[in-house]
Amino acid sequence: MADRKLRIATCSLAGCFGCHMSLLDIDERILELAQHITFDRTPLNDVKKIGPCDVGIVEGGVCNAENVHVLKAFRRNCRILVAVGACALTGGVPAMRNNVDLWDCFQEVYQYGGGIEDGQVPNDPELPLPFDKVHPVHEVVRVDLSLPGCPPPADLFWKVLTDLVAGRTPTFDRTLVHYD
Amino acid sequence: MSGRTFTLDGQPVPFTEGETVMEAALAAGVYIPHLCYRPGYGHHGSCKVCTVAIDGHNAASCTTRAREGMAVETATPELADMRRALVEMLFVEGNHTCPACEKSGECELQAVAYHIGMAAPRFDFFFPARDLDASHPDVILDRNRCILCELCVRASRDVDGKNVFAIGGRGIRARLIVNAASGRLGDTDLAKDDAAVRVCPVGAILRKGDAYTKPVGQRTFDLRPIAAVAIEEARRERERRRG
Ligand code: SF4
Ligand code: SF4
Ligand code: FES
Repeated sequence: MADRKLRIATCSLAGCFGCHMSLLDIDERILELAQHITFDRTPLNDVKKIGPCDVGIVEGGVCNAENVHVLKAFRRNCRILVAVGACALTGGVPAMRNNVDLWDCFQEVYQYGGGIEDGQVPNDPELPLPFDKVHPVHEVVRVDLSLPGCPPPADLFWKVLTDLVAGRTPTFDRTLVHYD
Repeated sequence: MSGRTFTLDGQPVPFTEGETVMEAALAAGVYIPHLCYRPGYGHHGSCKVCTVAIDGHNAASCTTRAREGMAVETATPELADMRRALVEMLFVEGNHTCPACEKSGECELQAVAYHIGMAAPRFDFFFPARDLDASHPDVILDRNRCILCELCVRASRDVDGKNVFAIGGRGIRARLIVNAASGRLGDTDLAKDDAAVRVCPVGAILRKGDAYTKPVGQRTFDLRPIAAVAIEEARRERERRRG
């Protein structure tokens, strides 16, 4: 291939942007990658609406209604959907709230947590509806490829993206797999 | 020595009378993934991760005695897929947040999952409500990560002579219980150096204060695959027994 640039979209749902930071950790190799890819919607360019893409990279689990809309738009538009990181694959750290009552959780964070004065739970209609549990991505849409890690190492992003650019089915060996 | 053998994926494996397929395989340097088996402890046969095909029938290699001439298969795509499904089920039926777990890198469930090539569980997660017992001054019991292997039950009963743990309930309600009227670990005679504390393959029973003495990235299974570690562990146990 390589006569046409691979079109890639990325997003962070209930994640911490650590996976995106790890992607950027490929360092100067990003210049080489830039010759073969172009970004669609991604927080890296601040484009908010996704169009048809070759690859969608999803960081983070699904914790609210907006996450579902974004995720479904990614699935509709992306030929290959790649879930990256512990949160996308398992719910991860955000899912540790899954056995805490949502209201208790909000009160702890916004009202009673350390250092808060006159706190109140945000209640703007603009805010997306939170779910009582955080879910991994594969419980909502079909996922084509999962990259484990918290975050997945930069070399794993590099291996998979270079495979995709070359038109190969991505493979990676065990040394690039860590769940932590 | 009787000079008896069976075949494992076509290769002859010697065994001595009374040895299991698992023991003979490990002695021959072949790793069969396992979680509830531990050299030196009584056999349990509950996790089924060690399942192999013996003359065409699936059986747990840790509880099946080796017999002359049996044909055992372990490296087949069908068994690999079944093992992966079993391990994925263990992940989704508990709460395993590896990035936030003190055991990460030293955990056998995680290391077995690496070995069998699990990127992520394919199943829906249960996110069960499980409790944590921090009542003991030196030991913490986090049931979120317990895989019900009963190694701590065997260790406490057979090695420590204390009987601190048992499995209570059935099926999805099965859980690790503590033998004290209060049900709390702090009301038992468990000590931090007990075999029952050391033996837990996952981060369910942990010594307090030890968690981050070794940095993530430099832990046992960060440096060596579980196959090599398990084969060496089995060799040490054989040497210990020979005295
Ligand atoms: S016990 Fe093992 S598998 Fe479970 S969270 Fe801890 S490191 Fe991960
Ligand atoms: S606490 Fe650990 S050793 Fe005991 S049954 Fe659970 S996983 Fe096994
Ligand atoms: S190791 Fe054989 S059944 Fe668990």
